[in-house]
Amino acid sequence: MKGHYGNYGGQFVPETLMHPLEELEAAYTAAQRDPSFQLEFDQLLRHYSGRPTALYFAERLTKAWRGAKIYLKREDLNHTGAHKINNCLGQGLLARRMGKRRIIAETGAGQHGVATATVCALLGMECVIYMGEEDIRRQELNVFRMKLLGARVIPVSAGSKTLKDAINESMRDWVTNVRTTYYMLGSVLGPHPYPLMVRDFQSVIGREVRAQILEKEGRLPDVLVACVGGGSNAIGLFYDFVEDNQIQMIGVEAGGRGPKLGEHAARFSGGRPGVLHGTFSYILQDADGQVVPTHSVSAGLDYPAVGPEHAELHDKGRVIYTSVTDGEALDAFHELSRLEGIIPALESSHAVAQTKKLILPSTRVVVINLSGRGDKDVTEVMRLMSEK
Amino acid sequence: MTRIEKRFGQLKADHGKAFIPYLTAGDPSLEMTLELVLALEKAGADLIEVGVPFSDPIADGPVIQRATDRALRNGVTLQKVLKLGENVRKKSEIPLVLFSYFNPLLNHGLDRLAKDSTAAGFDGVLASDLTIEESEPFVRSMQRAGLNTIFLVAPTSSEERMKKIAETSTGFLYAISRTGVTGERQELAADLKEFLRTLRSFTTTPIAVGFGISRPEHVQAVWREADAAIVGSAIVREIEKVIGDPVVVDLVGTVSAFARWLKDPSGK
Repeated sequence: MKGHYGNYGGQFVPETLMHPLEELEAAYTAAQRDPSFQLEFDQLLRHYSGRPTALYFAERLTKAWRGAKIYLKREDLNHTGAHKINNCLGQGLLARRMGKRRIIAETGAGQHGVATATVCALLGMECVIYMGEEDIRRQELNVFRMKLLGARVIPVSAGSKTLKDAINESMRDWVTNVRTTYYMLGSVLGPHPYPLMVRDFQSVIGREVRAQILEKEGRLPDVLVACVGGGSNAIGLFYDFVEDNQIQMIGVEAGGRGPKLGEHAARFSGGRPGVLHGTFSYILQDADGQVVPTHSVSAGLDYPAVGPEHAELHDKGRVIYTSVTDGEALDAFHELSRLEGIIPALESSHAVAQTKKLILPSTRVVVINLSGRGDKDVTEVMRLMSEK
Repeated sequence: MTRIEKRFGQLKADHGKAFIPYLTAGDPSLEMTLELVLALEKAGADLIEVGVPFSDPIADGPVIQRATDRALRNGVTLQKVLKLGENVRKKSEIPLVLFSYFNPLLNHGLDRLAKDSTAAGFDGVLASDLTIEESEPFVRSMQRAGLNTIFLVAPTSSEERMKKIAETSTGFLYAISRTGVTGERQELAADLKEFLRTLRSFTTTPIAVGFGISRPEHVQAVWREADAAIVGSAIVREIEKVIGDPVVVDLVGTVSAFARWLKDPSGK
């Protein structure tokens, strides 16, 4: 059995997709062994996306909260404004190696859509992005960015009109155009080898943090905090530290409006193991095994399943998963903006909000993955503030 | 021997071919699905696939997606579909396949599903997103209860996969006529014949062909190369047409007539 994380993961897809998944796995394995692939990937990360991203000591935030020293891993400083580009550059190079000229992708917040459209422009590929109508409304700016980059954005009106439905539609496109099309999945989700491949491409985050914190503090951090939608920025930060058992790792899910099913996207507190979008993991479902609608102020966390590797890390107790509400995330959004001059994505604001709740002495060191910048969210925040 | 195996055995002896309609249970209501099953049997169906709606039907095109939405809005659950099976069995011995996605089945518990499906009169189970790689616990539970396990095989499946899928499938194999989601098409795929001949060379299990079968000439073409034709979206669309039409009220009559036409357009 391939691509399992404990009991989780695997390949639950229509049979038509098994051949392309086998092809993808073979191509990825070959690419990993090919030094020229790694070199080109590293060069693009450095010169195109601007890596390594800074590890910034948030001094005013640290003072204001009177707790541990807080460092921000500035993934928001990447080209296109979030960690998503790391994965897209890797998969884009892989698609080119495989001779695929048509790229499809889903997007929630629009960050993965923008990163995909960017890489497609860079590599001269056709780009089709599926996006839920509700997310299109919330993330108008990113929709226009994708169009500027030459992508076609297809609105998805089914179901909850969010990320889940955009993935459904992407999978339908892929199963139809399987011979010519590469599906650039944006998180550590879906059937094997996606969770593995996306984690590998994102793990640069944690490797950089290790080197940077050793340089700044002369030791490893005590706590790592990241928000978890599908979970790619979190696994990207955590992966390099999984074996360092003294380091506490916290994944923050969307607590939405409250703990009632349908009002949040906290899979570990409100979900049960099940199969969605090709993988076995924790999902938010009702008593009959139907996937339920989710809610979060942040489109990128508004999804009923979580990456299978997170499910394993949860069951093993290696990572603690918790959630913060829409309100707490919004407060953190404002606080970081005013104290540090950094407007975080609403997704990343969840990680910031959770850090505020930690009770730690000033001798401790915390690293927050600031996975994206908040430019895309300002109109939505403006709307929410005017409603108050 | 299941009712599915018996039916294919009889057909083989008579040099006949099977006609398999698909219905989304609870579209437009569970009572109507029961009547449709019985009417389709009279119209010449050899087996019925009964779809358990799932919130995220990634392998389905717009027609079955809409049927799924209607069924879910009607509150259809796996439990209620099992009850529907019991109600069919009070009146008919037509072979029934429980057809869904894996999550609602897994959620019920595989051993419990096997027991309850058998008790409800189902003969086989198919989950369209369950690959043979992940199928071992499912196959073990279902086969122990005497149910057939039916798997999909695709034109993109390698020969090695075709062999494994054929070994894991009992009752019949569900061959997907072309890449893509469910839905009607004007033409069958050009490479279908070659795909079916390759598949045939690996197995003696009956082969049923589905996806895109929506006209009598498709049914005939499939029968020349395989053992059964499966019609899903085309029948579901007929149901949709009637429930959306204020003039036509005879749903069962319309759908039966459509099924008869698909089987034999000359009306013999």
